[in-house]
Amino acid sequence: MGEDTDTRKINHSFLRDHSYVTEADIISTVEFNHTGELLATGDKGGRVVIFQREPESKNAPHSQGEYDVYSTFQSHEPEFDYLKSLEIEEKINKIKWLPQQNAAHSLLSTNDKTIKLWKITERDKRPEGYNLKDEEGKLKDLSTVTSLQVPVLKPMDLMVEVSPRRIFANGHTYHINSISVNSDCETYMSADDLRINLWHLAITDRSFNIVDIKPANMEDLTEVITASEFHPHHCNLFVYSSSKGSLRLCDMRAAALCDKHSKLFEEPEDPSNRSFFSEIISSVSDVKFSHSGRYMLTRDYLTVKVWDLNMEARPIETYQVHDYLRSKLCSLYENDCIFDKFECAWNGSDSVIMTGAYNNFFRMFDRNTKRDVTLEASRESSKPRAVLKPRRVCVGGKRRRDDISVDSLDFTKKILHTAWHPAENIIAIAATNNLYIFQDKYSQRTHQALYGGLCTHHLIHPHSHLIKRIL
Amino acid sequence: MFARGLKRKCVGHEEDVEGALAGLKTVSSYSLQRQSLLDMSLVKLQLCHMLVEPNLCRSVLIANTVRQIQEEMTQDGTWRAVAPQAAERAPLDHLVSTEILCRAAWGQEGAHPAPGLGDGHTQGPVSDLCPVTSAQAPRHLQSSAWEMDGPRENRGSFHKSLDQIFETLETKNPSCMEELFSDVDSPYYDLDTVLTGMMGGARPGPCEGLEGLAPATPGPSSSCKSDLGELDHVVEILVET
Repeated sequence: MGEDTDTRKINHSFLRDHSYVTEADIISTVEFNHTGELLATGDKGGRVVIFQREPESKNAPHSQGEYDVYSTFQSHEPEFDYLKSLEIEEKINKIKWLPQQNAAHSLLSTNDKTIKLWKITERDKRPEGYNLKDEEGKLKDLSTVTSLQVPVLKPMDLMVEVSPRRIFANGHTYHINSISVNSDCETYMSADDLRINLWHLAITDRSFNIVDIKPANMEDLTEVITASEFHPHHCNLFVYSSSKGSLRLCDMRAAALCDKHSKLFEEPEDPSNRSFFSEIISSVSDVKFSHSGRYMLTRDYLTVKVWDLNMEARPIETYQVHDYLRSKLCSLYENDCIFDKFECAWNGSDSVIMTGAYNNFFRMFDRNTKRDVTLEASRESSKPRAVLKPRRVCVGGKRRRDDISVDSLDFTKKILHTAWHPAENIIAIAATNNLYIFQDKYSQRTHQALYGGLCTHHLIHPHSHLIKRIL
Repeated sequence: MFARGLKRKCVGHEEDVEGALAGLKTVSSYSLQRQSLLDMSLVKLQLCHMLVEPNLCRSVLIANTVRQIQEEMTQDGTWRAVAPQAAERAPLDHLVSTEILCRAAWGQEGAHPAPGLGDGHTQGPVSDLCPVTSAQAPRHLQSSAWEMDGPRENRGSFHKSLDQIFETLETKNPSCMEELFSDVDSPYYDLDTVLTGMMGGARPGPCEGLEGLAPATPGPSSSCKSDLGELDHVVEILVET
């Protein structure tokens, strides 16, 4: 039985230098909750780690609002589909927080096939003074009980309890790539390569199929769903993106099965840039509504684009993430990097957009000033409290001292997952197995552009539960 | 005058030749690149992770790339030029065998969700299609070509291999897999065993239910065609058309 063990894991376990990464620790998703107080990460090993922001205290001004580990739990386990003789990976593809409705926090986490609703509660009191049990819980000798007392709640060390409340299984034939909670706080959707299902949060044995692009003949399959999201304010609207670079806005009021889109957003192809890879690099890897609900942000292999919901013909803004890779597409196709799915993010005021790239670089674009910056998430370049230095990739011509040439980029160091605090200039960057949290040096409360600089907040190793406070 | 003409002609001819050569080089290097891209793409489609389902998005994108190249090559007329000569027969067989391997692995995709979940797809007739496709494979190998379609075999076979890749995403063939594994101890794939099972003439076909259709001899194309007709009939019944 052990003969055919997963070769990926075998390869990694023989490496001994400290830079080797356990496959299970690779972070696969990052998500702030609606207030930004909590930050959840999921990894390839099926674990979820939640960080909580410490309240600012006057006693320790330097540790204003740092994120500490709040809870860790195993969300998904590897499964084996005996019918198909295939493994189902436990990797957490997406985490989405539910809006908080009481003292407890809830989130949805999903792997390729199953979505789970987790409830996170705190316990900081416990009853003491039982009549029949002693402090350790052992039954008392009744003859020693001479009087009765009323048990009282006494404070205890904070305990965070996580329990699975719902398991939404068997809804998907293909691999789930997105989940999105509706603004009605009662329903959510899950999307796989060919179908999108609508669920009620309280009902696990039934889901409604709202989009189905599976062709009658699988031979005719040329397009798949790559991402989807509910509109932040209109509970009847959602968008889904495709591998051909199109976006479809659907209205659930129009029909039960939203196969006909209300709006189709598609940019006509640039004939001068046409190549065999044109379609692949146009495939949208992520789509995000702006907080205002007026715009959509999409990421394809080389660009991020801002779309206005009122204009279907083309995006209103296009930003080049790493256009220098355009001449390397064949190599990137060969090593499969061309299929990497980068995510994108808006800041709280929708004025700055962010996305990851290779070599542990991530990019930010200010929509107002049209300035952009490339930063690096790495231990070497992140000294404590130091401002991150902008990086530059040189493509020939004049080369400055700290520039990196395209050929020296490390394509194994990719930043696929990034998240932005909903209100403040705090960002979370997942670089393989490390989580970086950066904070705007100058302002924490306002929505200024980030050119004051980002400084390293702290570096977190989720899998070893070590928070390296870089002080 | 003759000399002058000749010289001019020579010069012109040389230039033309050079130009033509340069042109040829550009054309041929483009064709070479395109061909290597095609080969790379086909390899990517066929290298399937045995234990985990392959990424559908990636497969679709690669398949679309392959189709694009194929279309362009067809327009160029270079597609026909890639006719399987006797020398090149081996690579095609190799293509076939690994594609079949991939098909057997991919045949596991497409299981439907639990009933009553708002997803009204039935899988009954489709699952029965699998034995048909698997049984076809050894027969193809025996006749050592996808020559059913006659002169269009290259494009047809190529098309078929792509189509079959996607067909298998639809088929669910638990019984097939059991047959395949019946002689294998380990619960997981053993590449060599499967390959041997598919290629070797000594072993019986993977699906005993279709023994009647199993290849007996490398018969003439007519017998293959009649078998194919029979298969079509079976398929028709199964899909209730």
